[in-house]
Amino acid sequence: MSLTMPAPEAAILENRDRLIRRLRAILPEESVIAEEVAMRAYECDALTMYRQLPLVVALPETVPQVQEIMALAAEMNVKVVPRGAGTSLSGGSLPLGDGILLAMGKFNRILEIDYDNRSARVQPGVANLAISDAVAERGFYYAPDPSSQIACSIGGNVGENSGGVHCLKYGLTTNNILGLEVVLMGGEIVRLGGKHLDSEGYDLMGLMTGSEGLLGVITEVTVRLLRKPEIARGLLLAFPTVEAGAGCVADIIAAGIVPGGLEMMDGPAIRATEDFQPCGYPRDAASLLICELDGEASEVDHLVGRVSEIARAAGATTIRASQSEEERLRFWAGRKNSFPAVGAIGPDYLCMDGTIPRGRLAEVLAGMSELAEKHGLRVANVFHAGDGNLHPLILYDANRPGDIETAEAFGADILKLCVAVGGVLTGEHGVGVEKRDLMGTMFTEADLDQQQRVKCAFDPEHRLNPGKVFPTLRRCAELGRMHVRGGALPFPDLPRF
Amino acid sequence: MDVLAPRDEVDLEEAIAAAVAEGSALAVEGEGSKRGFGHAVEARRRLSTAGMRGVSLYEPAELVLTAGAGTPLREIQGLLDQQGQQLAFEPADYGLILGGPAGRGTIGGAIAINASGPRRIKAGAARDHLLGFRAVSGRGEPFKSGGRVMKNVTGYDLCKLMAGSHGTLGIVSELTVKVLPKPETEETVVFAGLDDAAAVVLMTGASGLPAEVSGFAHLPEEDGRTGLRLEGPAVSVATRREALLGHFRGEAEVLGETASRAFWEAVRDVRPLAGRGEQLWRLSVAPADGAAVVARLAERGVPIAGRLFDWAGGLVWLAVEAGRHGSAIREGLAGHATCIAAPEAVRAAEPVFHPQPPALAALSRRVKESFDPKRVLNPGRMGEGL
Repeated sequence: MSLTMPAPEAAILENRDRLIRRLRAILPEESVIAEEVAMRAYECDALTMYRQLPLVVALPETVPQVQEIMALAAEMNVKVVPRGAGTSLSGGSLPLGDGILLAMGKFNRILEIDYDNRSARVQPGVANLAISDAVAERGFYYAPDPSSQIACSIGGNVGENSGGVHCLKYGLTTNNILGLEVVLMGGEIVRLGGKHLDSEGYDLMGLMTGSEGLLGVITEVTVRLLRKPEIARGLLLAFPTVEAGAGCVADIIAAGIVPGGLEMMDGPAIRATEDFQPCGYPRDAASLLICELDGEASEVDHLVGRVSEIARAAGATTIRASQSEEERLRFWAGRKNSFPAVGAIGPDYLCMDGTIPRGRLAEVLAGMSELAEKHGLRVANVFHAGDGNLHPLILYDANRPGDIETAEAFGADILKLCVAVGGVLTGEHGVGVEKRDLMGTMFTEADLDQQQRVKCAFDPEHRLNPGKVFPTLRRCAELGRMHVRGGALPFPDLPRF
Repeated sequence: MDVLAPRDEVDLEEAIAAAVAEGSALAVEGEGSKRGFGHAVEARRRLSTAGMRGVSLYEPAELVLTAGAGTPLREIQGLLDQQGQQLAFEPADYGLILGGPAGRGTIGGAIAINASGPRRIKAGAARDHLLGFRAVSGRGEPFKSGGRVMKNVTGYDLCKLMAGSHGTLGIVSELTVKVLPKPETEETVVFAGLDDAAAVVLMTGASGLPAEVSGFAHLPEEDGRTGLRLEGPAVSVATRREALLGHFRGEAEVLGETASRAFWEAVRDVRPLAGRGEQLWRLSVAPADGAAVVARLAERGVPIAGRLFDWAGGLVWLAVEAGRHGSAIREGLAGHATCIAAPEAVRAAEPVFHPQPPALAALSRRVKESFDPKRVLNPGRMGEGL
């Protein structure tokens, strides 16, 4: 395992008892977890290959408590790692051995639903799907729908700028929130935005969104509510080649159609899914598209017709349009089970998350096949085709010595390939610890230095979630110096496994 | 005043490095179409981005366009038009209200003020369509953020920070935006004779219907007309129009494509208020509060010479007669107020941008310092310290 994290600071470890006492003065006894067995529940997020026990777990339930904890952390110079529901796929809430794990799960209330202003004010620990559920009876919903939406928290969604299958048409988290309340390192509180649109100054809400818990602790979120589309219909389209499927995606978009969802699976993913839970996908297809069109009924029918024609012209061998809600859900059932389906043949898999310009898809898939051969591992592809977001699933066996390392190296090669064709390392899962050391393939030192200077404006001592996102931590004083290029301050090696 | 006109990023880097070295500020602009907006900048030189122009990449099927920051908006819009595409955030042309000619402005300028028109409420602002950029910071260092793909969470989203920063953080040399298909057709359903309160109730009500309205505006200065825009395939627009007419019983006029387009261009460019009052203010509030906010200001004695409601009431444009009204406008406002146009003496005497609470103001200043520690880029344009 190549991951190294900032070395635990001896001074902090020595002060652990005092820190716990101080935390217990802020929080009730049961909200400060310091026993190893109980802390095990927090040792990792959904990127389970990396684990670390925190110094202590704090479970605040009021904003003043968060402020006091952040003030205490600043005073005692202790690191803080914020955590929502722990569903990060990039290790964004991986604990630090010398840091407080600030678990926001008790902030689980919906504070206000304001239909007139199509907004809801919620606490950060509220699950993504719970917001849509709360407003469903009035015909509204919250648009971003990451696949973990039943569990993932809205605060975590803001931290990661989460997406989902519908973001081509409806946007990511950043396009669907109106306001934030944030506690800064040191305990100061700022409110960004509100129920109105647009910022009066710098768009710090936009900056906070996707900052992976490095800039502040989110204590309240105001989201936009959308009216549910009148109807949604799905199209299942199969193609004899990857190129034909990719060509069809380009033709749909070029025709001026923006589908609610446009998903693609390659041959290995189709067959793994059909083996796991048969749902009528053609096993012999090289690529499969699920195209969902939503909106007003006559418009949807019209577009279903147009997309069918486009698919026929692009060489589709199967064109099926859902005739009922039940059939639409059946089209999705396979796609939604594709991760566990691949897991069943794995036995383990590593999910990557690069985004590429769609036009380079066939080339990237061919490159991926070559890499699979080079590394001796298999890969299946599930793909948010509409916005170019790839999810290659690398199959490996954690019990076979060396397999994890090979899978990681394979994953890194895939992401480098994405960057080489004009794409990016991560479309929706975040950098976290997983892609941290690859940041240099996409950004120059100057790019990363400027990002870290922004970090310094919020957290000059690097106390908040250090070791994530940036491959090297640089001192703020050094970053602030002009025209003097100092050496990087690398993380001292900390063997983790 | 000297004008520097870098042709590329190398020139730009040199120009800013020189400004840093001699400790003199630069007033940054594109075609200068928004020179009258914001606080006046005390600078020895003007830097124009107009030399960094041209579209270097446009792939309609990828919905993406890359251009030099100084590329005129009209050039980009012309190119998109040929492919049936558009900038969905509908950047306004402030020429008329800022007292200049219409039809000018660059893509960089539209991003710098985070421009957005009536479709903001459905499609987002400029910030929501900026995918990536290259810029030179006030440290004289080139840097980039984002990319050319739709979905990207790699590193901090500095695109959001650059959009709306009025050239105070870095000077963008090149940027990539998301473009979208133009709707097949559009229509506008217009109700007449509503007072502000009734119009806002109608608009917020319509925003909760499944009719997918893409523009909600109320024009008290034009016979109290209230317009709801429908865009999409003709068959769908007709169905939704009938649904709206059925829902809001009463007299309504339906504007066909050409008239509808003219209606929304006028709203976008705030034309109904041109020539009214001495100052033009823009208030961003919760949509349902729109009418009440204006009523409160009138009660408070703010001399309102004209008003226009966009974004279903969430955007209030106010033409105001001469005087110092900033404090009265801002007092107790849940949202924010920006003075878009006013004589220089007025802009010098009071904040153009809504002042922030101390902790937020201090944070914004630290962000400015992180990009431009010597304050060479448009210093003070957004207010003290920025």
